[in-house]
Amino acid sequence: MSSVSRAGSRTAKPLPGEGDPAPPAQHARALGRAPARPSVRQRLELLLLLGPAFILFVGFVLIPIAVAVYYSFFKWSGFGPLGHTIGLANYRRAIKDSVFDHAVMHNVTIALLSLFIQLPLSISLALLLNRRMRGRGFLRLVVFAPYVLSEAVTAVMWLMLLQPGGFVDHVLKDVGLGGLITTWLANTHIVLYTLFVVVTWKYIGFGIVLLLAGLQGIPVELREAAALDGASPWQTTRQVTLPLLGPTIRIWIFLSMIGSLQLFDIVWIMTLGGPAGASTTMATYLIDKGFQSYEFGYGSAVAVILFIICFVFALLYQRFALRRDTRGALTGMVR
Amino acid sequence: MTFSVTFGTTGDGRTPPPGTRVECGTLAEGTFMTSRTNRLPRQLARATAIAAVAALAISACSSSKKTAAPATSAAATPAATTAASSAPATTATAPATSAASSAAGGQLNGGKDVTLTWWHNATADPGMTAWKQAADAFHAAHPNVTINVQPVQNESIKTKIQVALQGTPPDIFQQWGGGAEATQIQSGKLADLTSLTSSWIGDLGKSVAGWQVDGKQYGVPYDYHVVGFWYRTDLFTKAGISGPPATFDDLIADITKLKAANITPISVGGKDKWPDAFYWENFVLKECPKDTITSSIAAAKFTDPCFTKAGDDLKKLLDAKPFQTGFLGTPAQQGAGSSAGLVANGQAAMELQGDWELAVMPSLTTDKNFASKMGFFPFPSISGGNGEPGAALGGGDGFSCSTKAPDACAAFLQFITSAEEQASLVKSLAVTIPSNGSATSAITDPTLKKVLTYLQGVSYNQLYFDQALPTAVGNAVNDAVSNFFAGQGTAADIAASAAKAATQ
Repeated sequence: MSSVSRAGSRTAKPLPGEGDPAPPAQHARALGRAPARPSVRQRLELLLLLGPAFILFVGFVLIPIAVAVYYSFFKWSGFGPLGHTIGLANYRRAIKDSVFDHAVMHNVTIALLSLFIQLPLSISLALLLNRRMRGRGFLRLVVFAPYVLSEAVTAVMWLMLLQPGGFVDHVLKDVGLGGLITTWLANTHIVLYTLFVVVTWKYIGFGIVLLLAGLQGIPVELREAAALDGASPWQTTRQVTLPLLGPTIRIWIFLSMIGSLQLFDIVWIMTLGGPAGASTTMATYLIDKGFQSYEFGYGSAVAVILFIICFVFALLYQRFALRRDTRGALTGMVR
Repeated sequence: MTFSVTFGTTGDGRTPPPGTRVECGTLAEGTFMTSRTNRLPRQLARATAIAAVAALAISACSSSKKTAAPATSAAATPAATTAASSAPATTATAPATSAASSAAGGQLNGGKDVTLTWWHNATADPGMTAWKQAADAFHAAHPNVTINVQPVQNESIKTKIQVALQGTPPDIFQQWGGGAEATQIQSGKLADLTSLTSSWIGDLGKSVAGWQVDGKQYGVPYDYHVVGFWYRTDLFTKAGISGPPATFDDLIADITKLKAANITPISVGGKDKWPDAFYWENFVLKECPKDTITSSIAAAKFTDPCFTKAGDDLKKLLDAKPFQTGFLGTPAQQGAGSSAGLVANGQAAMELQGDWELAVMPSLTTDKNFASKMGFFPFPSISGGNGEPGAALGGGDGFSCSTKAPDACAAFLQFITSAEEQASLVKSLAVTIPSNGSATSAITDPTLKKVLTYLQGVSYNQLYFDQALPTAVGNAVNDAVSNFFAGQGTAADIAASAAKAATQ
């Protein structure tokens, strides 16, 4: 891009912001300049600037995806030749396997819980932390702190807190809620929700910071104007702030859904997907089959399914939810 | 929600406490690790889905270039290639070099210089030092053979070996035998050591069969393991129990007594699944004749009714509710709240585990004298069971050779399993129960001596089922048993799980 604008600047009319390299070249020709030199330079620059990223993207994203798709048609232990293709048998097996079906359901459950519990919670806390008050900076720090911890540290810490007779149980007992105590990570009916709480604790800070940034972008004048027109604070929030926060919320939902579908680290460390598969996610299932059981063909098939689910979701969401937010940035080029 | 797409791996905190992750750890800090821990679902870490796809493919498609095995690296190999056998052992720790050199005649690898890369999982002392000394001693006896020692973290070594076998494997690497070994042989990169080891493999007892596939020796064990009940003598006394139970009915009676005394009778690491499977496997050993077990494992099919009967026995045990609160989520070896930690801290009376447990526990408790309160008894017998009396469940640790320089590798394995070297490994606490029977006299701990006596008296030592079976099948059986512990599935489902996994 930089070369484009520089080439353009040599011509009479600079074309800042124009993405297509063709017009400046035409200008150059029109003005009788030799097109060859800038063209070579342009190509060199493009090569230099895009090359490394392109190689990484192809080598570590596209080719692996393609190879995983290829492997998914074989029953392959990871050793020796691939043997005969077994067609779509791996995919059929995954769809029929009740453990995998449950894993998908667990992912969806986490995603929905995030949407209906984590999001309102994030918005409320962000609105709260956006107000002027004493210790606001400190409170923001406290809320954001868990996000700084790595997933592994979070998981190990909560693993200890949630031990039977551990810290959480003690606290509940001391505040008179001893009756609620259960085996948080060993009860097949509870474990997924326990994990959701941990996940929420970990990521809510990120959501809040994102939403706070969004709130900063809303001019104070709008709220003031609404107040002058007689709107109550609730009406102002409901009718002015939230609609303007829309793009941020939609981005949060996008990140959160993708994150929910890929949930792995915390689950793997805290429960290994157990007990009895009660907290298995697609990603833990994939690791369990691919790497632990040496079923690389089948593991690849599961990975491809997970990829397709994420990819389709991302495409649809971009198309229908994010489109108006990104219009002019992404969609502008093809207009 | 994981927002980041992260490639690569990080430690996930599930690694055992420092000191316990060594393969050939010590009594003082962690002997056991060996086969069991290796099978703790190792940390694959923060792979998101796409990263996993990537890793999957990358590992497979580029392994030929990526694998370590710097066979050409380092090790300015001494020029002296001839008369290798006459080179005196120069290190004090190598009294056994003569054994290796005499067998191989000093003409290893045709007398040409060779560097062997060795992957083992002893990343902490005493194992790490002990293996380094062994490699140095061997080099001193065979100057043309240099061993490039590369300790690899126990949690990642299996995956690393698997990836390497798709390209250039290390020349010597950790091997637990059984079905996993059979799977690895499909790569065509494991050396058949049958003829190279035939003259001395008999010294290691009958259990070397666990490292054979179709009667061919593809690995050599350097230590053995056996599973039984560890128990707290002090808690048994407190509950008014005079001695360890001999029969299953005694065990149930003792469980009742312990519960009456408000003591958790048994701890189990249900989160890791394999400790659950130990119960079912031991019941199978009591219910099924040896031939039935052997042929069923070979066919990966548990069709004989005795396997279902073992599940029924397990049901009886589960109905007695002997386990700690929340046992489904308890890890086997990590932290004071693990099943090993509960016993070490006197919060549970028994645990069905391997000989390594005594070495796992010190890091999990502040009680320096816990070992003196520990006892060991074999899995109790069952009236009417068709199992061979004295059958035991166990395994061991060993090494395999890749096909590059098998004779030098075999000579090295002969060296580390020779009586003298094994005795020194036991003394340095790098090995708990040596595979070479004549080195067992080096064991001094009284409780371990009891375990050893038991192991020496067993009629046969059945390799853990999940190791003996092809890996995918073994994991499926573990899953089925752990579901059964969670109250899901039937005894028949456990038996059926193997065949189901084998046909997928």
